[in-house]
Amino acid sequence: MSLVVDLFSIVAIGAGVFFFVAGTVGLLRFPDALSRLHALTKADNLGLGLVVLGLLPRSESLLAALKLVAIWALVQLAGATAAQLVGRAVRRKGTAA
Amino acid sequence: MSVLQALDIGLAFLVFAVAAWTIFAPGAFAATVGYVVYGLLLSLVWIRLFAVDVALTEAAIGSGVTGVLLIGAAARLRAAETAGREKSLSGLSRLLVAVLCVLVALALAGVVLLLPDQGPSLAPQSMQHLPETGLGNPVTAVLIAYRAFDTMLEKVVLVLAVVGVWSLAADRYWGGAPGEARAQRPEPTLAFLAQILAPLGILVGIHVFWVGADAPGGAFQGGAILAAMWIIVMMARLTEAPQTKAFWLRLALVAGPVVFLAAGVAGAIFAGGFFAYPPGFAKPAILFIEAFMVLSIAVTLPMLVAGPPRREPRR
Amino acid sequence: MTSATLAGLVGAALVGLGLYGLIANPQPLRKILAFNLMGSGIFLVFGIVARKGAAAGLQADPVPQAMVITGIVVAFAASALAVALVLRLFEDTGQATLNPDAWTKPPDGGAGAE
Repeated sequence: MSLVVDLFSIVAIGAGVFFFVAGTVGLLRFPDALSRLHALTKADNLGLGLVVLGLLPRSESLLAALKLVAIWALVQLAGATAAQLVGRAVRRKGTAA
Repeated sequence: MSVLQALDIGLAFLVFAVAAWTIFAPGAFAATVGYVVYGLLLSLVWIRLFAVDVALTEAAIGSGVTGVLLIGAAARLRAAETAGREKSLSGLSRLLVAVLCVLVALALAGVVLLLPDQGPSLAPQSMQHLPETGLGNPVTAVLIAYRAFDTMLEKVVLVLAVVGVWSLAADRYWGGAPGEARAQRPEPTLAFLAQILAPLGILVGIHVFWVGADAPGGAFQGGAILAAMWIIVMMARLTEAPQTKAFWLRLALVAGPVVFLAAGVAGAIFAGGFFAYPPGFAKPAILFIEAFMVLSIAVTLPMLVAGPPRREPRR
Repeated sequence: MTSATLAGLVGAALVGLGLYGLIANPQPLRKILAFNLMGSGIFLVFGIVARKGAAAGLQADPVPQAMVITGIVVAFAASALAVALVLRLFEDTGQATLNPDAWTKPPDGGAGAE
């Protein structure tokens, strides 16, 4: 049973790390600011979500698991706001912002 | 090499690389963003050093509130960067300075490597007297009980900093509100964030302060979270920055140090020594002092970030 | 090499890096950044001293930790004052430089200065 749980955690966290790596590659290689923003927000949402999913079976109590999900929700909120603001600034001032 | 050791080495390399980016980045804005990232990575290093309270403080104040301050300044000074052509050091001077800095770093590294494995420590004495203070977190006990005088003076330093920042206002702006005078419509995206985050953040801040008596946390960390909530509400223009002559603002700023000092003097009268707490009554007294500290910090940090008054006082 | 020694060495390197940035960068804001970097490096050296003082069931000596917390708050207060000074300098002279020869008189003949 614990082997299945460990395997699930490894797969989920590995997938999350893959999304983070993909987001970082996108940050470094995409041509302009808006597409880089797109890559970063994918890393935030999917990557962190999968990592949190992988950590949920390993948390010590229901409260700790709820705290992990709350952290993911808060990072979503902050990331979405920041992406909106950066996108608007890029659109207004061009990529020299 | 274990996984944890590999993590430590990777983290150390990353921290150094981001710090080097902060120093050598082409523009001031890029350097400031690098500094915020550096502060968050440093919090991870502090967790590896088993100093969780310090990690919380570094993330909240060292990286968070300082980052807001510096990014605001970098954005305002961007015009100055393109305007003035700085006279930078010549190549030979740079080399000499680099040699000096490498020597300083090597000297410090030598000191670090020569430290004994088990140094002198005040941990046994801290733990020995912890039950008398009624607290469970030794760091909070050091801050509010064993070295309360230092912490009170630190609150006074914060008030002095606010006085210094406010004194930089032009004469005709004295008593006015900080921030530019412009149309006060709420900024929609930030308003959304502020309306959802602020109630949650206030709850989390008070919780971090309250739980700091027994677990990692405390007045500074909780106060910094509350300060961040007020800063975000002000940035979203959902509320105006207060007039610096407002009585409630000045009262909130000095409430922390004054209550702290009064508790110390009361200790001299009722418990036999300056900053002594009466036995059995220590924990309520400590939480009472900490509550006013949280109030002062939550009001002082945003005032330091907002800067000197730049508008004429009303009435 | 334990994690504490590694953190101490990183702290030493950061002090050197920050000192270089403080001396070599002509802009005041970059100097403030470098100074904060130096400060956090010194706090890391405090951290290794705290870790080496692990005793009595604690993982790290609490007294240096409390000093570092105090230091972080005071460093923020000093940075805030420094940034306010730089911004005021920028408002008055139109440039943010510590070179007095480059300061120009503000256009309204000094009415905004006092």
